[in-house]
Amino acid sequence: MIKFNLFVLPFSLGLIYVVYSIVIHYYRWIKSLPAVDKVKLANGLRTPSKVLASLKEIFLEGLIHRKLWKRNPLLGYMHMSFALGWFLLIVMGNLESRIYHGAYINAPYYPIFLKFFIHDRLVLFFEIFTVPAFFRFIMDFLLLFVLSGLGLALIKRKQSQWFGLKRTTNHSFFDRVALSCLWMIFPLRLLAESYTAGYFGGGGGFLTQNLGNLLIKISPGPAESIAYIFWWSYSLALGLFFIMMPYSRYMHIPSELLLIIFRHCGIQPKKWGSSFSDLELHSCSRCGVCIDACQLNFAAGISDIQAIYLIRGQRDQYVPENIAMTCMLCGRCQEACPVGIKVDLLRLIKRREIGSGQVSDFSYLTQSYPGFAEVVYFAGCMSHLTPSIHIAMEGIFREAGVDYLFVDRGGSTCCGRPLMLAGKDKQSNELIEFNKTLIRQTRARLLVTSCPICYKVFREEYNLPIRIQHHSQYILELVREGKIALQSQHRKVVYHDPCDLGRGGNVYDAPRELLRKISDLMPVEKECADALCCGGSLGLMNTTLQKKDEVTRNALQFLLAGNPDILVTACPLCKKTFVKHSKTEVRDIAELVHDAIPGRQIRKIMDPQKAEAAIP
Amino acid sequence: MIDFGYTITKDRQLDYDRGDMRYYRLVQSLEPSVDVCMECGSCTATCSAGQFTEFNIRKAHTLIRRGNTESIKAELRKCMFCGKCQLVCPRGVNLRNLILAMNRAIELLG
Repeated sequence: MIKFNLFVLPFSLGLIYVVYSIVIHYYRWIKSLPAVDKVKLANGLRTPSKVLASLKEIFLEGLIHRKLWKRNPLLGYMHMSFALGWFLLIVMGNLESRIYHGAYINAPYYPIFLKFFIHDRLVLFFEIFTVPAFFRFIMDFLLLFVLSGLGLALIKRKQSQWFGLKRTTNHSFFDRVALSCLWMIFPLRLLAESYTAGYFGGGGGFLTQNLGNLLIKISPGPAESIAYIFWWSYSLALGLFFIMMPYSRYMHIPSELLLIIFRHCGIQPKKWGSSFSDLELHSCSRCGVCIDACQLNFAAGISDIQAIYLIRGQRDQYVPENIAMTCMLCGRCQEACPVGIKVDLLRLIKRREIGSGQVSDFSYLTQSYPGFAEVVYFAGCMSHLTPSIHIAMEGIFREAGVDYLFVDRGGSTCCGRPLMLAGKDKQSNELIEFNKTLIRQTRARLLVTSCPICYKVFREEYNLPIRIQHHSQYILELVREGKIALQSQHRKVVYHDPCDLGRGGNVYDAPRELLRKISDLMPVEKECADALCCGGSLGLMNTTLQKKDEVTRNALQFLLAGNPDILVTACPLCKKTFVKHSKTEVRDIAELVHDAIPGRQIRKIMDPQKAEAAIP
Repeated sequence: MIDFGYTITKDRQLDYDRGDMRYYRLVQSLEPSVDVCMECGSCTATCSAGQFTEFNIRKAHTLIRRGNTESIKAELRKCMFCGKCQLVCPRGVNLRNLILAMNRAIELLG
């Protein structure tokens, strides 16, 4: 039984093209993986647990859109209705077509246009409870499900704030064409099926049959021809959508599947880019969640440089330098991304392309003998700008009786991260090697730093054989070991998460636990993974001071909303940035701890010599 | 030479007509905030690299502004990019990008 009509051609050609295109893309992505990753992929695919985990995530994120549900139920429902609804339409349509076709294999277009070919009437009472009737009900229900999502999508155009999106994406031409096709598909299907069902007086479900009967009644005319036109339009819309898919954002549908599998196989993005990064670029659905997360957007009004525009530009092989360089690399968009794309890394890869050409010369740095100690303390460049931090740290070291060495007392050699943020990795390696030698010479077992920027780069790039701690973690450990006793000052404080310590280093609890011991810690609206950047970020290369100040003032509004006595942070750069605009006292966590050591003030008065020693 | 207890410094007069202003104009377009610099030298005083070697970012800026770029080409490579300078700048000059821009100008114009 071969059923065919000319109108199936646009759909079929589109389908052939999109399948061909996806296969080519998949082949390229897998083929150009580094050898290590290929092995990981092969091993992962042979491990049932990893395959199952991938399938579970594909179901939850690709069809249900769990992360979008968490963000906003309407947004989640809208995406679920499109993805899950369409997926089930395809699955159920195929099952239904098997019943009528009587064979296991049929032409791909057959299930899609089934109602054109099959429109027998279910008349008898008992037939309503048969399998065909069941499928007709299900198919109509699913179509309604998808159409409800389409309705929401139309509302979202005008009222995006109902969907939790303040600002939506400014789409490119190809995306607009593909989007129009996608929106046309389901209404055209509804009309085509309804007209056919109405004309033949059978074949439709609760939705299409009733609508069809109504349409025939209110618009008498050549119903068969009208239906035929709608079938052609439906096929054309599908075909055009498929052809546009590889050139539009809808490429994220097949890409994300592979991305999820890659991730579960343990494949990581590479520092200088690999086909994993290219796959990430294609997996971006341009949903625009990153735009709302970006402080440069909502605080400083810069709305053309967000992650989505960077990714789109990189996919099209064209990124204006401005987009790559204007970003605080605070990681908020990365945290919000429903696809989990490592956006900051993508941006850094672009910066490396731009910045790697310029040379540096650090031959003036000469190693000096640092001495030995159990704990080596690296204050960092920024702490030298806010000396109260390292003075407090030295006080704490002395109080705890630790054998420590202030390795950069005479001025820091930069840790190398600021150069990396500018895309000059090769140059920063020289500084990294210098500091590594310096730290190794001390034979310390622990490296403590006061600067989250240094902390991040020490952990990620230095490969030191010793433990690395930020001072908030270290002080907490001292307190737990009973080496320093603290007395709470009972002052209201709020804690600001530095980007590189929180999102960058995953240190959220240590500073909070410490603060609870010495003060009354108040919650703030955006904290932990959702914390705001202070605006002083070294990642931001080419923005005016005025824009930076706007970010800082906006962040302060959130932080100081509860009228705290002190704004506490754990980063010298944040402190320096906030001090400029904050009317509330801004202090580092180390200073606060230093003040909370009982009797420190009294001892200073009693023993002037010791007091002298306490303040170098 | 007889030591009189003082010396005569080298002539520091600059002929603006002979300076190569292309560099400065390019830097200006890449980082406009360079114009508000009042040459106070705070950047140089706090400079991380400046603690280890002779590196004077204020001077480099002044020289490029006067069209005298020869001597700063090697000089700019010493910058560690730590960003302390831009935090202390009383005029809000975006110094890290300024250094990138100066490097870029030298790269493009030779």
